[in-house]
Amino acid sequence: MVATENGNLRERIRQAVAGQKRPTTTVLSSLLAAQDELGYLPGEAIEEVARLTDASINDVWGVASFYTNFRFEPPAEHMVEVCWGPTCHLVGASTILKQLLDDLGLTGEGDTSDGRITLKYNTCLGACAQAPVMSIDHHLRGRMTIEKARSLVAQASKRDS
Amino acid sequence: MTTFNELKTEADRRWQDLVAGDKPWIRVGTAMCGQAVGAVEVVAALRSELEACDIPATVDEVGCLGMCYAEPLVDVMKPGGPRVFFSGMAPEDVGSLIDEYLVNDRVPPKNVMGYLGEPSRDDIPDLNSLPVVAMQRRIALRNAGNTAPDDIYQYIANGGCAGLNKALFKMEPDAVVEEMKASGMRGRGGAAFLTGLKWSFMVRSSGPPKYILANCEEGDPGAYNDKGILESDPFTLLEGIAIAGYATGATNGIVFIRHGHDGPIDRTEKAIEEAYKAGVLGQNILGSEFSFDIEVSLTGESYVAGEETALMESIEGKRSMPRARPPFPAAFGVWGKPSTINNVKTLSYAPEIISKGSEWFSSIGVEGSTGTAIVCLNGSIVYPGLYEVPMGLTLGQVINDLGGGVPGGKRLKLLQTGGPLGGVLGADSLEIHLDFDEMKEAGAILGSGGIIVADEDACAVDLTRVLVAFCQYESCGKCFPCRLGMTHMLEIMERIARLEGTRSDLELCSSVGQTMQAGSLCGHGQLGFNPVRSALEFFDSDFRAHIEEKRCPTGACNKTVLSPRNTRFFAEDVRAKNQPLEFAARS
Repeated sequence: MVATENGNLRERIRQAVAGQKRPTTTVLSSLLAAQDELGYLPGEAIEEVARLTDASINDVWGVASFYTNFRFEPPAEHMVEVCWGPTCHLVGASTILKQLLDDLGLTGEGDTSDGRITLKYNTCLGACAQAPVMSIDHHLRGRMTIEKARSLVAQASKRDS
Repeated sequence: MTTFNELKTEADRRWQDLVAGDKPWIRVGTAMCGQAVGAVEVVAALRSELEACDIPATVDEVGCLGMCYAEPLVDVMKPGGPRVFFSGMAPEDVGSLIDEYLVNDRVPPKNVMGYLGEPSRDDIPDLNSLPVVAMQRRIALRNAGNTAPDDIYQYIANGGCAGLNKALFKMEPDAVVEEMKASGMRGRGGAAFLTGLKWSFMVRSSGPPKYILANCEEGDPGAYNDKGILESDPFTLLEGIAIAGYATGATNGIVFIRHGHDGPIDRTEKAIEEAYKAGVLGQNILGSEFSFDIEVSLTGESYVAGEETALMESIEGKRSMPRARPPFPAAFGVWGKPSTINNVKTLSYAPEIISKGSEWFSSIGVEGSTGTAIVCLNGSIVYPGLYEVPMGLTLGQVINDLGGGVPGGKRLKLLQTGGPLGGVLGADSLEIHLDFDEMKEAGAILGSGGIIVADEDACAVDLTRVLVAFCQYESCGKCFPCRLGMTHMLEIMERIARLEGTRSDLELCSSVGQTMQAGSLCGHGQLGFNPVRSALEFFDSDFRAHIEEKRCPTGACNKTVLSPRNTRFFAEDVRAKNQPLEFAARS
């Protein structure tokens, strides 16, 4: 059973890496493709990317550990990103972040114990004109208030992915 | 093979169908600023309602018209009518818009914002009378919000590809470089280097391949104009890259975007596809001898990846850490091949400069800073948005006249310009002109064009702490003065914010800052002390209150101090948490 699951995992990684559509493939593009497929990079992804790009395991780890969007454990069901860039900070992002951390029982970036929500800080989500901004499962949500943010996160917690 | 004239004829025909046909043309802004406030949902409601009512109409998702504060913004042009704009739309407002305006020609009072174009109306405002429109001079953003970013014929009908066609058939490559030099165009990415001069460095480099790299990493918090161009009018960038390619003898272009910014990525890739189909990219462009390819390259999350040599490392798939120079990119760039790196905005000006000439361009703006500035106004401001204004306006004109000033009758306290490394300015800086050199002299930079406005409730210590936290988080770690210095500086700033700082902390900060400036390869470390230095210059009293009187005058620092810790950890830490790895042998 475990072997089959592992086999499936490797197959999914291989397909994601081999199926990249952009003309130039690199260690980084392959890691992005693997994480897009799985939501994280298991050890198998590092190995497969090393094989398929003819790089060493160490080189691949080097790249994977550098970019902050890569994660190495499966994410929770829903990804909540809160922007803490200076614009969002000035218009109240830190109070929103503090309230969400309290609601979710977290002290910083991380996953809730029930596996429903991954909370991530983002340096800039790119919609500063609508600050404060957050994103839920990669959908941008702007002009946030504490109440709106809490209700969006509560909805996501209840929703099945 | 299609010539420009054939494309133009077809484009004009299609454009006439759109603007003078018998169907309404409805445009909805769905750039990131629109998406964040529900524009996608508005489009869906609009499409389904039109279908349910059996009303034929053309619905296009366009980019950002610049007035982000008015999003979601729906722009309806009925046959024979002007463009009428409805702001702050929600899906539930769509029904009345269709019933009242589309069917009965009554303007629903709730969302109507104004009109643009002919014939004029006297029942609603002319948008040209609003400062947010009247004060703008849109060149790089000329099509943003007006044309569909996935339709190259709309682009060509509005003057697109004329510059490329002129370069290919009427100008030698050297003449294109000279024209750019004569225009006085300076790079809009931060360093403000003369674009034509930069291009000239690569002309004599050996190839093929030679590369034009368009930098849309844009990790600067507070800036969204590069992404805005890609979402609103990617064709102007593609044409600009092709012109740069022709001028420098390059063979390939790469648009470099951060992974996760799906709007800009998808729209750029779609535009590339359309450009190939129309013969504007690929072999023998527009029937000329010139061939050129463009692709998209994605980077992971890393601010330093926007630095030109780190960007090349990232394209090669490595850690985005800066390289030592020399060798310079024009000789040894991506994959070791000659490369020219330009910011998206810079390249997006090229089509109009070549099409209308350097004299036209240099007549706009001021001497030394020709053309326009693309600014992102955000923070405590009445009309946040993405605006393109002539160089030479004062910051006061931009903030107060165009941006509507600070809301709620509050006092302006500070401006943070040009990204986190750009530094802050005080409220007495409103007389400074949008001018590369004047801004630099004042201790700030125009840089990426982000202008973050803070009102009297903001604390300079609190904001500086956030800026330093950002710089610390984003240090790539290659140069130890930056890696350790930023961490040291953040500790000091947190200490001051917790009211535990001492006067000697500031001297320590300054000493660390000088070491960073002297001992770092790239601007991240070299300019990393800027936020603190400039904050101390303009807001010494805020720092004194925290250090000597042990109080935060605005109370901002009394709230929980949250800042992420650097997460660029060592691979060993990750591996310790995972299963031991089977070592894959290199074949």
